[in-house]
Amino acid sequence: MKHLLGIEGTTREELEGILDDADGFVEVLDRSIPKVPALRGKTVATVFFEPSTRTRLSFERAAKALSADTMSFSPGTSSLSKGESLKDTVLTLEAMGSDLMVIRHKAVGAARRVADWTSVPIVNGGDGAHQHPTQALLDALTIRRHFGKLEGLDIAIVGDIRHSRVARSNVLAFAALGARVTCVAPRTLLPVTMDGWPAVASGSLDEVIGEVDVVYLLRVQRERGGASVFPSLPEYVERYGLTRERFERLRPEAIVMHPGPMNRGVEIGDDVADDPRSQVLDQVRMGVAVRMAVLYRLLGGELDE
Amino acid sequence: MSEGHDLTLRGGRVLTPGGMTEADVHIRNGVVVEVGPGLDVSGEALDCVGCWVGPGLVDPHTHLREPGWEWKEDVASGSRAAAVGGFTAVVAMPNTDPPIDAGHLARFVAEQGRRTGLVRVVSAGCISAGRSGEHLAHLDELWKAGVRIFTDDGDSVADAGLLRRAMEYLAELGGVVAQHAEDAGLTRGGHVHEGVVSAELGLAGIPAEAEETVVARDLSLVRLTGASYHVQHVSTAGTVALVREAKADGLPVTAEVTPHHLFFDHTAALSTDSAYKMYPPLRRSEDVAAVREALSDGTIDMIGTDHAPHASHEKDVPFEEAPRGVIGLETAVGAVLTATGLGPEALFARMSMAPALLAGLEDQGRPIGAGSPASVVVIDPEASHVVEGFVSKSRNSPFRGRTLKGAVRHTIFEGRITVRDGKVLG
Repeated sequence: MKHLLGIEGTTREELEGILDDADGFVEVLDRSIPKVPALRGKTVATVFFEPSTRTRLSFERAAKALSADTMSFSPGTSSLSKGESLKDTVLTLEAMGSDLMVIRHKAVGAARRVADWTSVPIVNGGDGAHQHPTQALLDALTIRRHFGKLEGLDIAIVGDIRHSRVARSNVLAFAALGARVTCVAPRTLLPVTMDGWPAVASGSLDEVIGEVDVVYLLRVQRERGGASVFPSLPEYVERYGLTRERFERLRPEAIVMHPGPMNRGVEIGDDVADDPRSQVLDQVRMGVAVRMAVLYRLLGGELDE
Repeated sequence: MSEGHDLTLRGGRVLTPGGMTEADVHIRNGVVVEVGPGLDVSGEALDCVGCWVGPGLVDPHTHLREPGWEWKEDVASGSRAAAVGGFTAVVAMPNTDPPIDAGHLARFVAEQGRRTGLVRVVSAGCISAGRSGEHLAHLDELWKAGVRIFTDDGDSVADAGLLRRAMEYLAELGGVVAQHAEDAGLTRGGHVHEGVVSAELGLAGIPAEAEETVVARDLSLVRLTGASYHVQHVSTAGTVALVREAKADGLPVTAEVTPHHLFFDHTAALSTDSAYKMYPPLRRSEDVAAVREALSDGTIDMIGTDHAPHASHEKDVPFEEAPRGVIGLETAVGAVLTATGLGPEALFARMSMAPALLAGLEDQGRPIGAGSPASVVVIDPEASHVVEGFVSKSRNSPFRGRTLKGAVRHTIFEGRITVRDGKVLG
């Protein structure tokens, strides 16, 4: 595995291998000194062309827990405003000595283009509405540690599937690991076609809410590309929000997940977000461990402690 | 070409007024003087054995980028690319900077073409002033400057009232309204065909209906006004059906398809390589089958390359941020023959005669016979070659690295060799 550009093209064995490594890193992070020297001397660059705090911090925390150095690029403080191209930016960062780059960019395929231009491993930290593979891995890890497996679980992903890189990665990862996935959204927020997707679609959260082990909520935005994609937030909440009333109809063992940042009172009820069955903060913890596993794997680190 | 200079095309299969026949073609002083087997002529000779010899190709849809964007292409470099592609005439699209919306601008483009002297360059003219879609361009002036094709290419004329007035006006003059059919509301934000590929990539899609709704509306206006109407770069089976029906009803309608829409379907865009980004986008395999069939049966009258050069630094960016458009002049013959297997009569009909008629070029697009103008192309239909290297200023071709069967061997423009053995002279 040279790069991690998407979940597509990764095998179940590779996904499970990363999750197995991540289990080990969860233990590392629970130690009194949560740090191993596996990537000492390596430099990880986080190259984020879109504003993102949590993903960038999570990667930097993961790199530092492996004793790697970090470099950080963001357009607000760069020559991007001077018209420098993406290609020149990443070639510059490579020349400065980055051993691996995490790329976040609003354009689909950006990480893949960067992988064509440079010789270092590339991790896709999110490309447009296409892929966000480490999010899918951290979500899979969260579910696997909760239930012991994904095989045979029923998972509903609810919300703006059409414009979501999280949904595109999670559907592929969850299905590859043996779960049954249902995408729940109004038609304007579902992909125009789900031919070839390892998932089914539903327009009704009420029909699926009592049948799932995991309800995974996506952040919704009413405006997309200047066009309204549903009539109003209250109407969305009425049909697709995980209100307390809907939460009560979940199976007793079912869990609630959200990639953050949450719109409390929109896709997730305020008190639902804070319920013990909400895994939101656990997802954040798993994010660091999974990103350690990805960096470790791509940089060929040694666990010689 | 010096006085009395003789040029003979030896041993090819020649498209004559009576059909394809094996013959030599003797050219003198820019005119074909004799066509027949084993001509006894001294002077220069070109080997055409195994080749098709026919009227020089005419591209009804070329972006030469001059004036305004000369770093992508200019009339001189585009003329060289055209000659290499076997073309002896191109119609330059008017979406330049400034747009070609007045007579002096159209004359400038044609004059640049004459200065280069490799192909006939005529300009299309805008329908609306400044391509704003609001007011009519200087249609009379453009007409007097030799413009016969009117289009806001790059954008659709969205306002049906404006389009109607342009049709009424041009029906009187004799010009043709050519539409880049793409509804702005259905296209907005889209990068690829709306379907399995857009859904997988998370890219906003452009549905087939973005094209078909515009063509359907425009055909209503053709019925209303009687104007001649040309559908640029047909990309969907639905558009083919609309054009077929309109022709059956006797409407004055023509249509073109690009080599790339004959060759690729939208799964090529899964690579997110910007060489596959253009408008209209690559469509489904059933659309590719429909445009191939329509080209074969004549529902689609002609090939338009939609040669759209962009500099490498502009295209070497993520797919979503890349400008739309691909180059096509140099690969047109190979791409069309490889995709469709057209025979020589059909190829010359679709790539020379029909576009010459559309563009009003009387000295082009005629079968080769004594007295006919000597703008001629020699095509080797069996020549397999890997596409690499371009004489265009730009290299944004989806055919790079692909093997095409069928290549231009020689091009003769007004009696003068412009391309010999695939190499441009001048």
